[in-house]
Amino acid sequence: MSDKRTITLTVNGTTREADVEPRRLLSDVLREDLGLTGTHVGCEHGVCGACTVLIDDKPARACLTYAVQMEGHEITTIEAVGEETLSPLQQALHEEHGLQCGFCTPGIVMTFEAFLREMPDPSEAQVRDVLSGNLCRCTGYQNIVVAVLKAAAVMREKRP
Amino acid sequence: MKPASFDYHRPQTVEDALGLLARFGETAKPIAGGQSLGPMLNMRLARPRHLVDLNDLVELDFVRVVDGVLELGAMTRHQRVATSAEVRRAHPLLAAAAATIGHYPIRQRGTLGGSLVHADPAAQMPLIAVLANARIVIGGVGGMREIAACDFFQSVMTVDLRAGEIVTSVRFPVLAPNAGWGFRLFSRRHGDFAMVAVAATLALADDGRVADLKVAVGGVASVPFRIDLDASVFAGATPTASWIEEISAHVAERIAPEDNALVPAEYRRELTEALVRDGIKDALRNTQVEAA
Repeated sequence: MSDKRTITLTVNGTTREADVEPRRLLSDVLREDLGLTGTHVGCEHGVCGACTVLIDDKPARACLTYAVQMEGHEITTIEAVGEETLSPLQQALHEEHGLQCGFCTPGIVMTFEAFLREMPDPSEAQVRDVLSGNLCRCTGYQNIVVAVLKAAAVMREKRP
Repeated sequence: MKPASFDYHRPQTVEDALGLLARFGETAKPIAGGQSLGPMLNMRLARPRHLVDLNDLVELDFVRVVDGVLELGAMTRHQRVATSAEVRRAHPLLAAAAATIGHYPIRQRGTLGGSLVHADPAAQMPLIAVLANARIVIGGVGGMREIAACDFFQSVMTVDLRAGEIVTSVRFPVLAPNAGWGFRLFSRRHGDFAMVAVAATLALADDGRVADLKVAVGGVASVPFRIDLDASVFAGATPTASWIEEISAHVAERIAPEDNALVPAEYRRELTEALVRDGIKDALRNTQVEAA
């Protein structure tokens, strides 16, 4: 009843195919079938935020999404961010020591790449509210907040 | 943390979705945003043989105001409920409560209908639906029906929805423009499920006296419920600090939370009292008529 089927996904602007059972998580298909291991897997029930990717430019948990649902949608993963040089957000995280072990970082980057597009001039309280969806056990969050606010300022300056 | 096998269906119309659900009966489960059902599937607390994906039903993603009623499609995402100018105008309490659901990425996917059907006793949308006297519109192959929110919620994660039915929209009476509102919740970690959540609306008469007060509480019983406020306790009162104390004590007396391993009943009761107090203060602050 739940045989493998061939699905076509658009990931980072490229069309990819995978043979998967319907129950297969998007996070597993990205990592294991498509080799995109930048998306990390932590809790697998939507709590930790490590697997956050963009679905049609909006952040979502890849572990609460079945890959089969994503046909016809655009997936963006961390591999598409800062391909040649670091993005302003990645650069700010680097400069402000916004990461240590780096396990949670891809999820945080994907969340805030989307958030800063929607909210280019956020308050610290708004950044903290959004950051509450990503667990980080190294940094204590303070430097991530500083980095996101710095990235927002840099991105606003770069705007024409 | 991988779900059991299921067969996947992706209907393109409400009619097709209802047809599939009728055909598979109890062995099917509709999936909307998947932010509550996803974890249940991954942990195998739910093992449907058929998953019917409602995400292509764009006709169930809408916000409209007609004749004093704010109607939202069941597939409207929390983020849209929280940020839509139309919702913020017609029912600012609903928008404010939606902005506190889970976390930012969760709100991008989670839906109003999904939250109501999931019926977590402490969840925001069921609480506001009950407070606001919302009506739940339900579709099935036999036709549509409508039910009051307070009758829809039956017990913990149990609602008046038969196999083959889905919620299609929710109708909220528009909040009176002169009404103030308050929404308060407490959770140990920002974005977690509330331990207790309280919502209140308050309208004052021209002379500054209380004309109407509604309070609902979530997280203290198997379903969210409105407190039956005896008119003699509040009607015509001047909303002073001692009146607020009286109302919050009154509400705390009318709930019967149960002890559990993590939260003693008495703590939940005190929490409720404090949240009602703060919620009514918020409501007073944002009523358009200045408080006496």
